[in-house]
Amino acid sequence: MTHTTNPDRAFTPSGQLRLGVFFQSVNSGTIWKSADSGSQTDFESFLRIAQTAERGLFSAFFLGEGLRLREHLGRPHALDVAGRPDAQTALAALAAVTTHIGLVATQNTTYNDPADLAHRLSSLDLISGGRAAWNIVTTDNAWTGANFRRGGYLDHADRYVHAEAFVETAKRIWDAWDDGAIAPSASADRWAAPGAVRRVRHTGQHYAVDVTPRLPRSAQYRPVLFQAGDSPDGRDFAARQADVIFSAHPQLEDALQFRSDIVDRTLKAGRGANDVKIMPASEFILGATPREALEKKAWVRELQIGPQQAIAYLEQFWGRELQGFDPDGPLPEIDPVVEETSETRGSGFHGAKARQLADQWRAEAKDKGLSIRQFVSARTSRGDSTFTGSYAEVSDRLGEYARTGAVDGFNISPWLIPSGLDDIVNHLVPALQERGVYPAEYAGTTLRENLGLATPARPDATADPAGPVDPASRAATARA
Amino acid sequence: MSSTPDSSSPRPSARGRGLLILELDGAGGHPAAWRAARTAPAAVLTPGRLREVVLAVESAGFHAATFSDSPLADDDGERPADAAARLNALQRAAFAGPVTRSIALIPEVDTVYTEPFHISTQLASLDYVSGGRAGWLVAASTSSADAAAVGREPVSGGRLAQEATDAIEVGRRLWDSWEDDAVIRDVPTGRYLDVQKLHYIDFDGGNYSVKGPSIIPRPLQGQLPVLAPAGLLAPEVLAAGAVDALLVSAPTPELLAAELKETRKALAAFGAAGGPALIAELDVVLDSRGQGAAARLAALDAHTPWESPRARFLGSAAELIELLTGLLSSPAAGERAAAEGIRLHPAVLDTDLEELSRLVLPELRRRGVLAPAGRDGTFREQLGLARPASCYAPAAARAAAASAASAATVNAGN
Repeated sequence: MTHTTNPDRAFTPSGQLRLGVFFQSVNSGTIWKSADSGSQTDFESFLRIAQTAERGLFSAFFLGEGLRLREHLGRPHALDVAGRPDAQTALAALAAVTTHIGLVATQNTTYNDPADLAHRLSSLDLISGGRAAWNIVTTDNAWTGANFRRGGYLDHADRYVHAEAFVETAKRIWDAWDDGAIAPSASADRWAAPGAVRRVRHTGQHYAVDVTPRLPRSAQYRPVLFQAGDSPDGRDFAARQADVIFSAHPQLEDALQFRSDIVDRTLKAGRGANDVKIMPASEFILGATPREALEKKAWVRELQIGPQQAIAYLEQFWGRELQGFDPDGPLPEIDPVVEETSETRGSGFHGAKARQLADQWRAEAKDKGLSIRQFVSARTSRGDSTFTGSYAEVSDRLGEYARTGAVDGFNISPWLIPSGLDDIVNHLVPALQERGVYPAEYAGTTLRENLGLATPARPDATADPAGPVDPASRAATARA
Repeated sequence: MSSTPDSSSPRPSARGRGLLILELDGAGGHPAAWRAARTAPAAVLTPGRLREVVLAVESAGFHAATFSDSPLADDDGERPADAAARLNALQRAAFAGPVTRSIALIPEVDTVYTEPFHISTQLASLDYVSGGRAGWLVAASTSSADAAAVGREPVSGGRLAQEATDAIEVGRRLWDSWEDDAVIRDVPTGRYLDVQKLHYIDFDGGNYSVKGPSIIPRPLQGQLPVLAPAGLLAPEVLAAGAVDALLVSAPTPELLAAELKETRKALAAFGAAGGPALIAELDVVLDSRGQGAAARLAALDAHTPWESPRARFLGSAAELIELLTGLLSSPAAGERAAAEGIRLHPAVLDTDLEELSRLVLPELRRRGVLAPAGRDGTFREQLGLARPASCYAPAAARAAAASAASAATVNAGN
């Protein structure tokens, strides 16, 4: 277990915000119907977003991952943008054409092997000069497993236990090389000093690892760890293992509560109160004036959720075709044909109690006088995570987050590719800088430096480096 | 210029077609290369060094670069004195994508201890970040360390070939699983995708199954060129078009021409006469800066002998030019050259790449032995391969692509 030598007992707001950008590639958040909508796959689009973000001193460029193409009623889902590159391959290319921005790869603990994934993340960290991060996600469904050698093998209940054993094994792999292991010059006797690389062995419930790690530490020691789980288990996992939480709590009051909860959990995990940074997912709709921003918002929502997408959204919960229903009319009176929604269109749709939800939604839409389209738009816009207003208004609001320490920054999902960051970098960033809540330059060249994260301490020399990480004992500890 | 064409050397073809590929791993092909490198040992793990090397390879006029993978130290026993480290091959190739403009980028990727679905996505992504210059050098790891790292039993014999064959098949089907025009962006119907143009691949080779479709649209090249060592795959698999180029090795440079001829004959016997391009494998140690190649090799071998299954050339730039000219030129008008390309493994990258780019490549270009380099083309174009239709495309589209392909072959053959 790594921990800082003198963990902070109390949380201290830094008074600063940092920004990240999430190039989504999948989902209804990205508008494809505008004349300004560019390619989702050409490298130029990724380059434009990453380089614009870097011009705006963003800390991180973030790529998602979904290991099976989303489906709708048993066929690929046609209505939203889809298709994205392998995160680490795209980020390795971006490493060559950026200099400071962090490169965050979402990677799955279920359909990767720990030794292989840890090696590739090490490699990305070195090839980017210490700018790599891993957003840890878990999947357990057999539907995704159908694309992999092992198929589905993990119970939903075990996913965090499995993920944590995986992450701890990865950390041991990243800890395996002593600093200064590599010969300083060609006249040395050996390329690597004898005994400077420790072998890592682990036998768990679902996999076995026996490897001599292949790469040394990077300029930032090891990749930064992001995590997004929001359940109590997910929060504890993050409090023990992660450096940054990609949270779902952007509203100020909610964000303050979330911060306080995470600080408690982090202290309980034996880490410092400032050790885990929080960056909620967010969307910005900005204009020179409040009115311009509101008009833009109406346009954005119209294009994000068209009539077909509104019907398809309900179909996913009803489990049947609803093509005959008017998108501008009331919610269907007929009942869903499924008990529970499936995982095939993404985690946001998974495991809902369909009938119960349908009753609830019909009542809510009737109550508020909303059509299908209005109702779905309100639900999917994640209204909570959207900051709408003039540059001045929004930077004032964000200043409040910085002062209170509610969050450490925001992870922005642009709704337009590739120009979606332009107004943020051209107008919002300077307004935040004027208010003294945003950096005027990069703090350093590594992601860890640019997120204000301490270098992890060396592993405890008394710990048994080859000791087992047993999922069962880990689970017991986690519950204790 | 250090050499003049020998009158007895094979007649160069009017317009050269030969491809030169450089393997640019680490400090060089020789395990002790780091001892003769002009940079610090740890430089091989830095982005700055990688950028310099790929730019040097491109400016020298090579057509392609390969990137080795696999662990450099085995897990058993003491770490050998010359065991170095290397970054992931696919990532090095991806990094080189936006840095370079014309060279093809070909990472070695294992098929035994990896997930075929991930490999396919990663290689398709490499094609996007390189503007259609990606290739795949198929490997089938025999390393027990690779097996132990992922908790599997080592694989050998026929199972190796099966793993490689299955992974290639999965990769190719996934690349085709989005037809070219699957992204339609049809505003009136609200459809971003035409689901008729997305296909489940439903692969089941007995060992594992993969459902599909891919999670990334079809690569820019449609299909990435696939390279494999000769002997890895069964002849009928080659005849079915699994690979686009074979890497051919022989014990000595003198035996290469005969081995290439044998390989060509064997392919023809299985009905793959027009089949994969042949690329000869050659280790290279050149005379440099007043030091003879043999002396250079002896100095390095004193630390760790260079064991390799490839033919090894030791000598002057002029002698190497003759050897390469012989392998890449057609012996008589209308006849095929012994090899379509040669992959060079320099003993020490800093030293041998300098000699190659200063003396060898300019003379080969002057002789008209090499295909033009430096164009913004795809790797398929370099190999003279047309862009194929998706195997899931309607018959009409496949027929159109096939006729374009045969036209391209005729043109390339002129």
